[in-house]
Amino acid sequence: MNPLITSLARLLIFPGLLFAVPCAWFFLWVERKAVARMQGRIGPPFMQPFFDFIKLLGKGTPSRSGVAGMLMRAWPLIAVSSAAGAVGLLPVLPASGGFQGDLILLLALLELPSMCIIAAGFSSRSIFGEIGSAREAVLSVSYNIVFLLAILSIAAAQHTFSLSALAELPSSPLRWLGILALLICLPAKLHLNPFSLPNAEQEIYSGPMVEYAGPELAMWELSHGLEWVAATGLVATLMAPAVTAVWLAILIFVALAFAIVLLLSITAAATARLQIDTTVRFYWQCTLIFAVLAVAAALFMRYKA
Amino acid sequence: MNLWKKLMCYSRRHSPWLFHMNSGSCNGCDIEIVASLSPRYDAEQLGVRLEGSPRHADILVVTGPVTHNSAAAIRTVYGQVLGPKAVVAIGSCPATTNVFIDSRTLDGPLDRHIPVDVFVPGCPPRPDAIILGVAKAAEILAERGNKPPAESVMVPIAESACCAGGCACAKKDAKTDEVQA
Repeated sequence: MNPLITSLARLLIFPGLLFAVPCAWFFLWVERKAVARMQGRIGPPFMQPFFDFIKLLGKGTPSRSGVAGMLMRAWPLIAVSSAAGAVGLLPVLPASGGFQGDLILLLALLELPSMCIIAAGFSSRSIFGEIGSAREAVLSVSYNIVFLLAILSIAAAQHTFSLSALAELPSSPLRWLGILALLICLPAKLHLNPFSLPNAEQEIYSGPMVEYAGPELAMWELSHGLEWVAATGLVATLMAPAVTAVWLAILIFVALAFAIVLLLSITAAATARLQIDTTVRFYWQCTLIFAVLAVAAALFMRYKA
Repeated sequence: MNLWKKLMCYSRRHSPWLFHMNSGSCNGCDIEIVASLSPRYDAEQLGVRLEGSPRHADILVVTGPVTHNSAAAIRTVYGQVLGPKAVVAIGSCPATTNVFIDSRTLDGPLDRHIPVDVFVPGCPPRPDAIILGVAKAAEILAERGNKPPAESVMVPIAESACCAGGCACAKKDAKTDEVQA
């Protein structure tokens, strides 16, 4: 098949926008519902994230002028498109193509929304936004080292930077170590408890999002949902066993991603927020050692083989 | 186009995000607002979410008799909530200034400063009355859209019993006849 058509189909239909946007709303609902159930509440109805999105589209936006205003309008759009691109790169279907190095592109696209959040907080010039952005920046420096080392250990053990090749290879103990490190980084990446510092509601309201309203806020919600899909999907594709049937692959992908979302939400509901210095210490002192060990083991095994 | 309008109306009714503002309240109503979000009452079933920023909110929930210090802040925050928006006055204080009437530190009641859509009387009102008030405000907001606010509605004091029995309350039966003592 024409590679251009294939990649467009991946970006727009599956696992891209047409699949990912409802999936993002579903994951956002699962998160809220799981937290509500853990607190002994009933929680929001199934269509809640969809209603929120539509309602936000129909609200007004504050008038902004100058370069800062233009930038503030641009950040959520960049975040949504990069998160959607990241979802589009996921090798859910067997033999779906892909290229050498698409893992690196995926990591970059996964990182862009968080960069946009940092920039958005600073360009909003709100004091809460600036504090939130500073926290997000510190947090992203901390967890990204571990996140990247974990990915690197998986990639180095399998001799490839191609996502589909990684997904097809049989799993090894080393890969599970890497997946564990990825899972530890996910709460920080998705701003969940115990690492929900950038949007710590009781301290700094919504952090970087404090000045956003209406359709722009809707785009932020959507990009957050797409980040959920991309980040949990990445772990799910690394965990999933290689199958040939398309429907089975989709089913396994959705089930695994759902399980990870549930796990993260339950962790978020069961924990309290840590302070920023405790969080940074957690990633730099406790987790980094394991990530370095994983990379060292991967490199060692590579030279032994 | 009509379908989009219907969907928007439905979504607005089902996703009221609140911004809570205290204008010199004794904290009694504020506690009841928190109680209405707690497991026993769980307003999130209606899509209610308490937001930290007025920019995100649809419904401004005001408690307190409006002191001189808070009057300007109320007008500012009301301006920061983007349309379509509604205002719910929780408790007897914002409706009538309650026991603080004729106090020299007050600039109330609330509707001297901003248009109020729903009054929830009580000192403090029960959480189910607050939830009913918010649901009514969401209905008003969905019907009205960006048009300027019309007359206000009062949640009857004995509403909570009716609501427990499946909420068959008539929509427009209680027009405001707010007591200006």
